Amino acid sequence: MNAPTKGSRGDALKWVGRAIRRLEDPALVTGQGHFTADLPATHWVRFVRSPNAAGTINSIKTPDGALVITAADLTAVKKITPMLHKFEYKPVGQPVLADGVVRFVGEAVAAVVASSEEEAEDIADLVELDISASAPLVDARDALASGAPQIHTGAPGNVIVKGEVKTAGFDDVWASAAKIIKIDARSHRQNATPMEARAAHAAYDKTNGRVTLTCTTQMPHLMRTAIADLLGMRESDLRVIAPDVGGGFGQKMSLCTEYVLLVWLARKLKSTVAWTEDRRENLIASFHSRDQYVTLEGAFDKDAKLLALRADVVSNVGAYSCFPTTCGVEPLMAMAEMPGPYDVRQYQCLARGVLTNTCTMAAYRGVSRPIITFTLERLMDKAAKAFALDPVDIRRRNLIGTFPYTSATGLIYDEATYKETLEMAVHEIDVPAFRARQKEARAKGRYLGIGFATFSERTGYGSPAFAARGMAITPGWETVHVSVDPSGYVEARIGASPHGQGLRTTLAQIIADELGIPPDLVKVVHGDTDTAPYGWGTFASRSLVISGGATLIAARKVRAKLIKIASHMLEAAENDIVLEDGHAKVAGTDRSITIASMAREIYTQTHRFKGELEPGLSESGTYDPPGTFSNACHVAIVELDPETGFVKVERYLVAEDAGRIINPMIADGQVHGGVAQGIGNALLEEIVYDGDGGILTANLADYMPPTAHEMPHVELHHIETPSTQSITKAKGLGEGGTIGAPAAVLNAINDALTPFNAEIDTIPATPQRIRAALREATTKKSA
Amino acid sequence: MKPAPFVRHVPRTLQQALAMLSQLAGQDGRILAGGQSLVPIMAFRLAKPAHLIDINEVEGLDRLDSDGKALTIGARVRHAAFHGPVVDNPLAALLTYVARHIAHYPIRMRGTFCGSLAHADPASEWCLTTATLGATMIARSTRGTREIAAKDFFDGIMSTALAEDELLAEVRLPLLAADAKFGFNEFSRRAGDFAMASSLVAYRVVDSKIAEARVGVGGAEPSPRRIAEAEAALNGQPPGDAAFRAAALAASDAVDPLEDHQTNAEYRRDLVRVVVRRALEHSLQ
Amino acid sequence: MTEKIALTLTINGHAHAIAVEARRTLADAIREDCGQTGTHIGCEHGICGACTVIVNGEPVRSCLMFAVQAEGKKIRTVEGLADGDTLHAMQQAFMDHHGLQCGFCTPGFLMLAVGVLEREPDISDGDLLDVLSSNLCRCTGYQNIIKAVRAAAAEMRKRCV
Repeated sequence: MNAPTKGSRGDALKWVGRAIRRLEDPALVTGQGHFTADLPATHWVRFVRSPNAAGTINSIKTPDGALVITAADLTAVKKITPMLHKFEYKPVGQPVLADGVVRFVGEAVAAVVASSEEEAEDIADLVELDISASAPLVDARDALASGAPQIHTGAPGNVIVKGEVKTAGFDDVWASAAKIIKIDARSHRQNATPMEARAAHAAYDKTNGRVTLTCTTQMPHLMRTAIADLLGMRESDLRVIAPDVGGGFGQKMSLCTEYVLLVWLARKLKSTVAWTEDRRENLIASFHSRDQYVTLEGAFDKDAKLLALRADVVSNVGAYSCFPTTCGVEPLMAMAEMPGPYDVRQYQCLARGVLTNTCTMAAYRGVSRPIITFTLERLMDKAAKAFALDPVDIRRRNLIGTFPYTSATGLIYDEATYKETLEMAVHEIDVPAFRARQKEARAKGRYLGIGFATFSERTGYGSPAFAARGMAITPGWETVHVSVDPSGYVEARIGASPHGQGLRTTLAQIIADELGIPPDLVKVVHGDTDTAPYGWGTFASRSLVISGGATLIAARKVRAKLIKIASHMLEAAENDIVLEDGHAKVAGTDRSITIASMAREIYTQTHRFKGELEPGLSESGTYDPPGTFSNACHVAIVELDPETGFVKVERYLVAEDAGRIINPMIADGQVHGGVAQGIGNALLEEIVYDGDGGILTANLADYMPPTAHEMPHVELHHIETPSTQSITKAKGLGEGGTIGAPAAVLNAINDALTPFNAEIDTIPATPQRIRAALREATTKKSA
Repeated sequence: MKPAPFVRHVPRTLQQALAMLSQLAGQDGRILAGGQSLVPIMAFRLAKPAHLIDINEVEGLDRLDSDGKALTIGARVRHAAFHGPVVDNPLAALLTYVARHIAHYPIRMRGTFCGSLAHADPASEWCLTTATLGATMIARSTRGTREIAAKDFFDGIMSTALAEDELLAEVRLPLLAADAKFGFNEFSRRAGDFAMASSLVAYRVVDSKIAEARVGVGGAEPSPRRIAEAEAALNGQPPGDAAFRAAALAASDAVDPLEDHQTNAEYRRDLVRVVVRRALEHSLQ
Repeated sequence: MTEKIALTLTINGHAHAIAVEARRTLADAIREDCGQTGTHIGCEHGICGACTVIVNGEPVRSCLMFAVQAEGKKIRTVEGLADGDTLHAMQQAFMDHHGLQCGFCTPGFLMLAVGVLEREPDISDGDLLDVLSSNLCRCTGYQNIIKAVRAAAAEMRKRCV
């Protein structure tokens, strides 16, 4: 069902809003994509990685005749030192190769260079590391304990970042509450697991000394800036290319030590060097996420209205801080966005990022929001139970309903449909019919559960939002250059760096409507710092809002110029010119001219415009919006097998509002994929460390992304509330699917567990954990 | 994650294969059949054989036939061979049902029945099948031919009674009685993953009572095996809930569970109880 | 390094004379030695299925075969699916139903689905779901892959009639 468009201004757009096939696809379905690992190289690198989670390196013994790089070779290379100017952040440096100390299993200690991947691995096997191992800190709570060893000298108590907030009047309101409801939530560690692991290829050009780094990144320009900084080279001597990138989900946002080393090596060897990460490395040594303890308390009045929230967030950030977001990305987002879609005026939070001897944490789709949404939504269900209310009713009483809304933490929520999407979901899922079915099933010993999750998704936020976090780098704005070449074809060069999101297609749709041409005449160019304007890349549900906005600004300028050209050439008033079907037409006449001939004219017959128009047809747009909130209600229906603890998601429904939808097919695909990752987060995926800091889940049999079998059919329902904070009226939606699913699934599991008086507030809710919860409930009952 | 170097040898006849194995076993030589278990552990360099004797070209090892008493399965017979019925006996349906639980379709195209046994993963469906049904393993070497009963064959996690110079040339799987009933159940978190516990059962019903019960449990202990206590709980009882529950409980009490990060002993026992009962329930469907 | 073995791989009907070590996986040989980089490598341990190709009519993981084992066999990869400019029904269906996003797993899914449907054109929807659970995709949530494969299966059956 496509719901009636709320507030649609009914503007006559021909391409925006249509589910056209993707312009990206013909190459990708025929095997003609270009991925980093497809490139040939002279030298191949294999990293020797630490088998110890903590310790000091006594010696590194390398085989005779082998080229092996260690920290001793890299004295001129700076350490990666991300920075936040707020929240008691303690800058810690990460050497490109471990320098005397190892801090997690998988940390790169040496780099072997050989003529093939096989040979490099053979040599790496012969490198002998002599490390004096010390006892590692794996769990954040252990790292916080008094007397715990200090992982970095600059970060006493292992707290690297600490955010605190408390609204004025909090204590009085808290004291006035009718009920305080509390949840201790645990989110275990996950890995984003893009199907393409990381890869890099650095080629030295002897004619000019430049290096071209082709790599799997979501932020090519920032990679250039950062690597040039670390190596002390001119940025113009480095070209970074993100070719086709096989998924990122945040993991490919951060700067990898490996890429820095590759550029250094290409310059040292004056040759071509490549590294393709293997899956084991990806699982142990790329970037992890979501390892958090969240304690959340809600103070409610007698009518179950939420008065105040109090949160304690402990985020295990691993051994180092990621660049550019810093390891504040999880704890600080948790702090800023914890109140979610609810109207709550009082808020207190302590959010800490804690260093441990584990793989470094970085952004992963949704960042903290899958965790805080799951925590908050569990809290609301617990509160509903305490007040003997239906979970839907307690949400009705508390969801934000008037806009713009300024949150307790000062975030401004633009118009959204928290209540409407909830009601839509409730209607579509048919709660009474489900409750009847659930009752009937229970009588037969089958346990069904339903879970709701309502949430807000802050998307498309510009530089001020990053500045508010005190970030030394504020990756907010985007620039787009739109040009029409003399043959009439349109090219848009963008600073964003899509890798599966279909942005080439959606931006082409936006341009097509402005210029009156079909989208397939538009070529969107991205991912090459030599050809794309400086920009930040694709992450944080931002590209369609920010790069789309910049595209619209640039396209409007091109449109304005085309109209002027047409006005000259057709000798008509600008107001009478219409752009459509690849022509400029004079309204109400049969006079028209093709865009191609106008383009040819403005390049080659400039004198005809009598100095009134600049030569050429190329315009730039930059956009730095304040941010806009998407929202959704997710509903999961699960069947829980109490004997094994197995959970099957049998039905999944999403009612969502992401503002104007540019391409419904692509938008739906983003939600499907997001929900799959969220279900993986909720039920399956967990990086497990042993007590020594070794990883027990270093392959895809033990680390378990869902397969087609584990995925329910996802039913989608849309409301479109055009955003007032985004000039395309679109809101971002890349992360919403992942944000909502753990909450909906966990609430559904807990609903199914109701007859047993058991609860589970841990993700992933594995069969063993569910059985343990059931066993505990049984023990309690019999005691 | 590239395998360490090895030398490949390609025998055409069984004799050649055995001669090579005899010569190379002591030099870290191994048999390569389907490779679906061996190649991954080579990729992780958990195995670094110096020599691989690739038996995929060996004549005669693709034997899959019955003499009316047992089904003979040669070393080159792939899992996918059991996607359809292979013999006119209830065993065929059992094998077809079990086969579809093995990993995934492309893996079944290459992986072999005998290779699974020689690899001896505790969770292997075929190891469970042969242990439960009392298969005879035919081990051949230049020294001669040895018949090894399934119960003596599996010797712990990824360990068997095969000597290093012996090739598991074929397996004889006894046919089931024409009126035999069987049931299978396994538990894993994702489709196609290794079972965290599995059970295969077979029995006859004589005078409305269970007879000749076989209850096998896999994935729970270092090797799959028949659980005598569970069989005793079934024999002489009418098939049905009471007997099935008693047998399931007996099995879960009898096992000495393996533990790993997602399965402690208590939970593994839970799973054993469930898969045995569900396998028995499946036998009635 | 060990001795390289000269062999010929026949990929999509073209003979590639190459020399590789015995340990070279078929996936690596297809990509590195034969230059057919449409086949992708996602895990190298047989779980993700990104490297699925069709060997003598059987969909297999090319990371779990050695190149030397594929000599004399007919190998089909994603580059050989289309007939000139005419896409295979499976490729077209993936485009029509948005069965891909980043496109990295796509060649593996295409070869898996085509390989199985050529062997079992009348496979049930349920069994097809089991087959599709062989490979991992991280972008699509599978829903549109399933839709695309079912649509292509219908189309392939029609063309067979």
